[in-house]
Amino acid sequence: MIEVDIQLARPGFSLASAFTAPGAGVTALFGRSGAGKTTIIQAVAGVVRPDRGRIVVDGETYFDSAAGIDVPIERRRAGYVFQDARLFPHMSVERNLRYGQRRARGADAGIGFDAVVELLGIGHLLGRRPHTLSGGEKQRVAIGRALLSQPRLLLMDEPLAALDAARKAEILPYLERLRDEMKLPILYVSHSLEEVLRLSDRVVALKDGQQIAEGSVTEVMSRADMQPVIGRFDIGTVLDCTVARHDAAYDLSTLVFPGGELRVPRVEAPLGGAVRARVRARDVAIALAQPVDVSVSNLLPVVVEAITPGEGPYADVALVAGSTRLISSVTRESVLRLGLVPGQAVWAMIKTVAVDSRSPDFTVPGEPSS
Amino acid sequence: MLTPEEWTAVQLSLKVAFWATFWSLPFALATAMVLARTSFPGKSLFDGIVYLPLVLPKVVVGYLLLITLGARGYLGQYLAEWFNIRLIFTTAGATVAAAVISFPLTVNAIRLALEAVDRGLETAARTLGASRLDVFLTITLPLMLPGILSGALLSIASALGEFGATITFVSNVEGQTRTIPLAIYSATHMTDGDAMAARLTVVSIVLALAALLLANLADRRIRTLIGRA
Repeated sequence: MIEVDIQLARPGFSLASAFTAPGAGVTALFGRSGAGKTTIIQAVAGVVRPDRGRIVVDGETYFDSAAGIDVPIERRRAGYVFQDARLFPHMSVERNLRYGQRRARGADAGIGFDAVVELLGIGHLLGRRPHTLSGGEKQRVAIGRALLSQPRLLLMDEPLAALDAARKAEILPYLERLRDEMKLPILYVSHSLEEVLRLSDRVVALKDGQQIAEGSVTEVMSRADMQPVIGRFDIGTVLDCTVARHDAAYDLSTLVFPGGELRVPRVEAPLGGAVRARVRARDVAIALAQPVDVSVSNLLPVVVEAITPGEGPYADVALVAGSTRLISSVTRESVLRLGLVPGQAVWAMIKTVAVDSRSPDFTVPGEPSS
Repeated sequence: MLTPEEWTAVQLSLKVAFWATFWSLPFALATAMVLARTSFPGKSLFDGIVYLPLVLPKVVVGYLLLITLGARGYLGQYLAEWFNIRLIFTTAGATVAAAVISFPLTVNAIRLALEAVDRGLETAARTLGASRLDVFLTITLPLMLPGILSGALLSIASALGEFGATITFVSNVEGQTRTIPLAIYSATHMTDGDAMAARLTVVSIVLALAALLLANLADRRIRTLIGRA
């Protein structure tokens, strides 16, 4: 388990963050650039020294300002994957991989060289020099190098940010394997909603150095007040669903979530398989009576929980369906015209095509995207 | 081709240039590290003193060496008394003069190389379990190698050409301090010295060209080796 509780002030920037991350799985540090995500993992690695606070990993204190503890970088065993790979240019790929491994002798033998090479598919690159590798290959080698240093935790700083879409798609499946096969806590810095939804279980959301939310991805990423981080047009609800049916004739799938069913374009997942779906608030419309003669095929009976007027013309309406809360973004004018009040029973309308499997908002955990 | 006297001058030149570079290199490396990686009050003054031999008249440097390291100099008298080291009129003295003159050039070449090393790589190495010293030896130093090499070759080239400080500090003694430039200078004062001056001039040109070609070749080899091709 990773426990972080740190504060830091620099000219023009201050950071305050406190969270815990479980002993395995991905915890995303999510926010826009300048939010302080990277500073947090630099503090965990020992590259940046906080002004105050504590950092404890698996019961070992890395940093404690009150007790005067500050373990040097090289003794923290924090595997760090940098955005720019940072492979040593004067060494072959194999020597890069072995650099941390040789220095980890004495550490409990974890993953071996062959296993890492196999996990990341880099066997054919071992004799090459870093400058001959593609961006995606470099990043895979950098991940392997960090893994072989037998780390207690893995810190990943936007490992995909410098890559184009094709290279990202090439690496994401490897990250998923890493998450699923290594019993290692991973702190994953990202500003990409897609990566966070696809890879992480928990998320710490940051804005301008301040932590604004911490919790499960489903919960945090479904909050209406995440708008400053996610953006007005992209806020929405994350639904952890299972596949109930496939409709081969129309290429549709039916997903079940606590509170209803959702018909979506066909998902490549087995019946009963877990699927994480995302419904954007602006794709949820509200009707007072059960709509008839509309093309929208997802009609959910819901109850208005709260109405929050936003900036300008918008209002966020929180809708409850079973144990699930949906956000609908409508205009303030619509709220008035429909006379919406908390406690009112209404219908939520979600277009099937708004939840598109080709959209990055819709991902299948554990399945490489094509 | 060359007379024994000329051979002596050539051999002496090479010897002085080699040892001057050999002894000043570790100090140049340390100075470059301080200049590139630290900050302290009075650093600009230190910086200025390091580069002073480059801009001062060489005769002034020679004179300063004479009054500090000469037989009756501030330090020189103790060198003689305690360690029996005499620099005046000796090859050791010529080596010291050459080392002092070429020092700023060497420091500068190494400093530029050090500043070009990506510190992110050093951080990466530390996260992989390497101590500061380990990082210096396995990452920083190898990546600086082209700069150290070009610094060394620059030092050799400038030591080969050293004249003013040498003649002022250790005089012009055949077999001891008479390097190629000093031998050419002597030859121009002899009535039949034209041929000797001409031959030593050719030798100078050949040595300088060889140093340049060698530097170029080594630089390319190393850059390929460290993946900066």
